[in-house]
Order: sequence, then C-alpha cells, then structure tokens
Amino acid sequence: MRLEPRDHPPLWLSIGAPIAAALLALVLSAIPLTWAGAAVGEAYRLIFEGAAGSLFALTETLARVTPLILTGLAAAVAFRAKLWNIGAEGQLYMGALAAVALGAGALNLPGIVLAPLILLAGALAGAMMMLGPTWLKLRLGVDEVVTTLLLNFIVLLFVQMMLEGPMQDPMSMGWPQSAPVLDQAALPKLVEKTRLHAGLLIALAAVGLVWLMENRTIFGFEARAVGANAAAARFAGMSVPSVMLRVGLISGALAGLAGVCEVAGLKGYVTQDLSPGYGYGGIVVAMLARLNPLGVVPAAIFVAGVFVGADSMSRAIGVSSYIADLIVATSLLVMLLASLVVQFHIRFRAG
Amino acid sequence: MSAHAPPGSTPAAAPEVLRLTGITKRFGDLVANEEIGLSLRRGEIVALLGENGAGKTTLMNILFGHYVADSGDIQVAAHAGQTGKPSTLRALPPGSPQAALEAGIGMVHQHFTLADNMTALDNIVLGTQPLWRPWQARAAARRKLDALMRRSGLTVDLDARVVALTVGERQRVEILKALFRDARILILDEPTAVLTPQEVDGLFEVLRALAAEGLAVVFISHKLNEVLAVSERVVVLRQGRKVAEMPTAGANRRSLAEAMVGRELPENQRPPHNPGAPVVRLEGIEAPGELGRAGLHNASLTLHSGEIVGIAGVSGNGQAALSALLSGLARPTAGHLFLLGEEISHPSVRGFVDAGVGRIPEDRHRDGVVDDMEVWENLIIEDLRDPDLQSAGFIRKDKVMARADALIAENDIRCPGPETRTRLLSGGNMQKLILARVLERHPRFILANQPTRGLDIGAVTYVHGRLLQACAEGAGILLISEDLDELLTLSDRVAVLYRGQLSQAMATAELDIRGLGLMMAGHSAAEQDAGGPHAS
Repeated sequence: MRLEPRDHPPLWLSIGAPIAAALLALVLSAIPLTWAGAAVGEAYRLIFEGAAGSLFALTETLARVTPLILTGLAAAVAFRAKLWNIGAEGQLYMGALAAVALGAGALNLPGIVLAPLILLAGALAGAMMMLGPTWLKLRLGVDEVVTTLLLNFIVLLFVQMMLEGPMQDPMSMGWPQSAPVLDQAALPKLVEKTRLHAGLLIALAAVGLVWLMENRTIFGFEARAVGANAAAARFAGMSVPSVMLRVGLISGALAGLAGVCEVAGLKGYVTQDLSPGYGYGGIVVAMLARLNPLGVVPAAIFVAGVFVGADSMSRAIGVSSYIADLIVATSLLVMLLASLVVQFHIRFRAG
Repeated sequence: MSAHAPPGSTPAAAPEVLRLTGITKRFGDLVANEEIGLSLRRGEIVALLGENGAGKTTLMNILFGHYVADSGDIQVAAHAGQTGKPSTLRALPPGSPQAALEAGIGMVHQHFTLADNMTALDNIVLGTQPLWRPWQARAAARRKLDALMRRSGLTVDLDARVVALTVGERQRVEILKALFRDARILILDEPTAVLTPQEVDGLFEVLRALAAEGLAVVFISHKLNEVLAVSERVVVLRQGRKVAEMPTAGANRRSLAEAMVGRELPENQRPPHNPGAPVVRLEGIEAPGELGRAGLHNASLTLHSGEIVGIAGVSGNGQAALSALLSGLARPTAGHLFLLGEEISHPSVRGFVDAGVGRIPEDRHRDGVVDDMEVWENLIIEDLRDPDLQSAGFIRKDKVMARADALIAENDIRCPGPETRTRLLSGGNMQKLILARVLERHPRFILANQPTRGLDIGAVTYVHGRLLQACAEGAGILLISEDLDELLTLSDRVAVLYRGQLSQAMATAELDIRGLGLMMAGHSAAEQDAGGPHAS
C-alpha cells in the first residue's frame, strides 16, 4: 500500500470525508457503550444534547473552543515552519501565571489598560518559553520535540512551587491557588450567566491575524518556504534561523494567550488543573485543520464538542468517564484518518 | 566518444533470445508504452534511445517484472540460446523479477544497489547462496568470478569494501553481479551517467567483449554519441511509442536526435569569444567541503564578462564547494574573492543577488524551488526585498501576479497558471522557471551548476540558447557540468577540477576530449605533454 499526495482534493471528498468519519466514530463508540451496558441510542442523544442541545450546552462547548483555537494556532504556526512545538501546555501555564502576577493586584490600573497589559504579558511569557528550545535547536541541533515536551513538566512543577509559595492566595485557606485577577481586568462575558467570555473573540481575531500573516505577508511567505524546503529558502537568501526563531516566538505567544484567556475569562485564578490538556489538544486541532489557520476553528469546535458531549453523557447515564475518553480518542483518530484520505490517494499494490 | 568503430554486426542468423510483442502500459491517463515490439539476438548490443519520459525505463521494468504490462507478451529463449543449440522462445511470467532472473535477465540500474559496508564479493554472491554454510560455496564463487573477470576484462578487487571502490568499479560489481547469476540478457539503464570518458570507453570495451561471448545487451541512453559508439542497432522511443528502429551503421547524430524529439532542433551558435572586464576573480581560495566531499584548495580563476568558462570534473571533486562559494552560501577560509571588481570578505546570498549574480543550482528540487509552493511564489522568492512588490511587509499580490504572468509568458513556462503547484511542472519547465528568475535581473555573473541535468533534448537546447544569449549580452558565466559535450559546446575556456584543485582554464579550441578525460582522472596537463598518462 502506498500514499500519493493529491494536488486538489475534490470538494465532495473534503466535505464528505469528515462527515463519514463522524458517523464511523459513532458506530465505533457503540462498542464500549454497549459493553458498559448503556443504551446506545440514548447515549448518542445525550452526547449531542450535551454538546449543542441547549444554549447552556453551546456556551459550554464554545468556552472550551477558545483555548483550543489558540493552542491549535500555536501548533499550526510552528508546524507549518517545521518547528515542532509540543510545549503549548507549558506555555499556556506560563501565560496564566504572568496574567495573575500582574493582574491580581500588583498593578491597580483601570481595566482598559490592565486587561490588554496582562494579555500582552501572558503572550510574552509564552513566547519566552520558546526562546530556549528554538535557540538550542538552531545552535546545537537539539531536537525541539524533546525540549518543548519536557519543559511542560518543568513548568507544571514550577507552577506548583509558585502556587504553594510566593504566589499562593493568602485567602485560599491553604489550597494551592493564586489570587484572582482583579475584576476590572477580567474579560467580559459574552452571554450573561454562562461561562462564555470575550476570549473567544480574541481567539477568532488571532485566527484572522495568523491567516493574514501566513498568506499575505513577506514573513509568512518566508515561514512557509522554510517549512516546505529549508535548503531552497536558504538558497534564495532567507535567514532560516531568524525565521525559525520568530515563528517559535509567535507560536509560544499564542499558547501563552490561551492561558491568559482561561484565567481572565473563566477561572479567575491559576490552579494546577487550569488546563485539562489544551496544549496537547491543540496539536490534534492543528493536525485536523491540516495546519490551515482557518481550519483551526471548525477543528477546535469538533474537538471541544466531542469532549463536552461525551463528558455530559457519561455523567447523565452514569457510565465511567473513561468511556467518554474512549469516545473522544476514537473520534479524533477516525477524523485524522479521514483527513489522510482527503490528502492522499491510497493505492493498494502498485500496478 | 569512443575512437572505436562499432563492432561488426551480429550475423542475422544468431538466434533470437528475447522478443517483446505489443507491450502496452498505462498509468491512469498516461500511456507509458504503446504497442512496443522489440527483438534481441544473441550477442547483440541494442540501444534504447529516448528522452526522459519516453518510456524506456518503464519498458525495461516490465521486462524485469517490476511492472505488469496491460497487454502484450514477453518471450525469452529457454536457456537463452546456449551456443549452437537452436532455442525455443518461452513466455516469461509477468510481474516476477524472480522469474526474470531465472530466465537469465540481469539489470543494472542507474542508481547502484550495493551494500557499501560489504566487500565486492559479498555483494555479488548476496542472495545466491543458502544462509547456512556460507563459506563452502565461496571458493567456487570466487573461481567462477575469476574466470568471468578474465574473459570480460571486468576486473575488480573482490575483497575490497564497496565504499572504497570508485564509481566505475562499483558499476563493474553490478555487472558482475548480473553475470554471476548467469545473465544472458543484460539491461543497462543510463550506465554512463556517472563515469569519466575513460571509464565509459572501458565499459564499452567490456560490453563488446561480453557481446562477443554471446551476451545480449540492451543499452538505455539518451546520449547520442554513446549510442552511436557502442550499439549495433538503435530503437528510438518517443512518448511511449517506438518511432524508429535502424542499424547504427546507417544512423547519424542529427537523424537520431530528430527521431527522438520528433521535430527539427534549432542549432545554437556560440558567439565569438570576446571577453570584457573580469566579473569574478578567485585568488588562492581555500574552502571546506561538506559531508566528506572535496573542498577547494588554492583555487584561482578569472572569469570575464561575455565569456563562458566551463568547469569539468567528476562529481565530488569540489564542484559543490565552488558552487556554494559562488552562490554566496559559503565563505572561503583563505584567499580572496572578487566580484565585479570588489573584494567580498563576507559573502552572503543577499549580497550576491543584490550585486546582480544569477544562480542556477545543481539540484532543482532541493535548492532551486520550493516545490510545494506555487509557481508565482518561486518566481519572486529571490525578490522578497523588492520595494515594488510589498508595502509594509505585506505582499502586493496584484504587482506580484502581474510580474509572474509576464515571466511565465516571456519564458514559455508551461503551466495552467501562476497558482500551479511547482511540483507539477516538468523538469524542463521547472528549469525555465529558475532561468526566468535568474535572467530577469540581467545578471552580470551567472553560476550555472549542471543547468541541463535530467532535461530532455528540447529543454537542453532551450537552456543552452538562453545561456548563450545572456553571454552575448555581456554576462560572464561559470558553467559547472559533468557533461563534456555540453562543456565543449558552450564554453570559451575550460578548467578541470580534481580533488579540490582547479587547473588553468584552457581555450576550448585547443582541447581534446581524451586529454580532458585524463585530467579529470587526476593527470596534470604537463604530464600529458611529457608523453601520456601514468597509472595513478
């Protein structure tokens, strides 16, 4: 069996394959559901209801979409230039930490100044996390997959240290959590009495900006060229290290922004379970979107919807939450397979 | 290329050992082979001539069982025509390389399939012996190979590791590998691409000796002079069809070229040598080589405006280092580099491009284009700093597209439009794209590294024409090529690169191909004057 890249995937396939994949995922999910003794039809209904069946369900899903769009963009931007940033999780936490460091009382400024300031600080903190790995890659050839991945664990331990030490909220009664962001710096809610906040607009603006950057600017041109063929980019006079470094900083900044939005829009303060793996989820989102910034939005909605729906189903009918994880993983794998089918002809036995 | 006349024709009475009838093979809409028939007699050397994509390799891959033909038969003589016995043709089971090997068909691919870390003997016997008791059969294998080497002149040190062998020796190992398996039909796919002229002559001697012993040879090539030198019969393929078949004795370069291309070819005229001011000067340049290949040692050369200087040499003798230096990618560790009269102490690609240097890289796919990007993007990839094409960091798509459209039209780049993925272009059109990019800036110095490698004759003629035109307009061109014909046709002067040493550039008119070949193998010009080569 071999794969041949398609140059122009037909439209029916681009639309049909994801739909077929979603149906196949449902069929496959029936296996663990039946095994757990649940009524399959009822479970499906609950998944949809949980993800999109009511205003509340929709806002819950969209609240989860927000960080996934940003981490998905972070991965898509970096992967496009063949910089394998697996560290969005850690960058997200550093962004969150920067947000509370400045926004939880250290600076008592009006919201119109403070909110942009903590967004900027978080982005900067995330970007700084990419400085080391990118520099090591360019200077010493150290694999950034390893460095960015391992930095996630270092950051998590660092966050724990800060939350149990200097940044612990004195009012937390001993819980490892930070002081909350000041009210005036918090992102406004988009729908009253829900958890959906203005971070979604920030994420969508980021999508637009990243798309513009990649497709309309000289720098985006260079980033794509470096990713597609670094030797030719160098031959054409581009500075591959400088492009890589800038791409790395942008990627880290996007992930850092996700952390700020979670804190300033949703949670208010930093805990050790601020992110249920949004950094890693972003990698899946980017792959589903085939690294296209515009594709990140539907991909993030899909991933968040499956997460929220499966979760709510498992609580409603009382099957183990592992079944929900199993459904999520099955859906993601099948969807990735579908995107493979769209991108490649699959030929069996060369004729 | 060889001074020898083609060997006397094989008696028509020699038994037929191979017959292909009506071979048709389609890949999707592409007809790779259409109704091709080919017959081969014992002891005959047949050349299969055609441009890239004419269907030569497909045909041979069908014969060797890598592909299955959509229709047509292959028949091979049972025991492929042992001396004296009349042979009967038997159908060869399709799609089985094993069956092809057993029927006595041996194939030497363009890219060798040898294990570098094993000895020549190991490579030759690999796969022919049982895995247990390997030593028992070795002495017999060695005896058989010694006899083969004596008869054919294919001498190789059987105990040397392949990694230590020259390219020519590796090819002999490949041929021995086929003969060791009792091949009676030998297919050679572009066997001379990597050889020096001397090695080519040596190969031809061997092929004649083997043919005299009864081996039937199919020699795949797109080089006319080699086909004329070694074959007895020529079969010309074009666009998957057999368009001509003639005895070599009655053929000439021009008729073969036109059969191959299917139209008359314009003749490029070299303008008279009329050098102007120096554009590039190297003085005692030292530059490191990459990946264990030769660098440059004390290289000196002056290239003038309005002339083409060719660099001859077997690949791996410092061409890469010279090319990197003159593309602005590498800096010399010692010596002086002058570009348009100014010393360049910190070479950079940007500096070179801005100074008006046009660079045609050796490897189109690796360095020349980003083949996943679109044609317009590759056309402007060197112009990203051009203020006309951007405003505040944003690409001005209207201007860029207008420029791309103009370049595509002026340079006859065949593509559906500027937004075509570059990967979809043929080699010739990809090279036209690079030439368009290079010539657009009216460069005063052009580095052309293997500018026609892998192109078909039509595209080669086009590229040569454009280079000669640029030269006539005053550009100085440094032409690095492994194709001696190309060097001698285009260059005003030729220098030889051997193990990083660059010889004096000699006027092309005073050169002969044998002398050049000897210098490429490491004999100095002085040695030749003193009375011929010495073994090195």
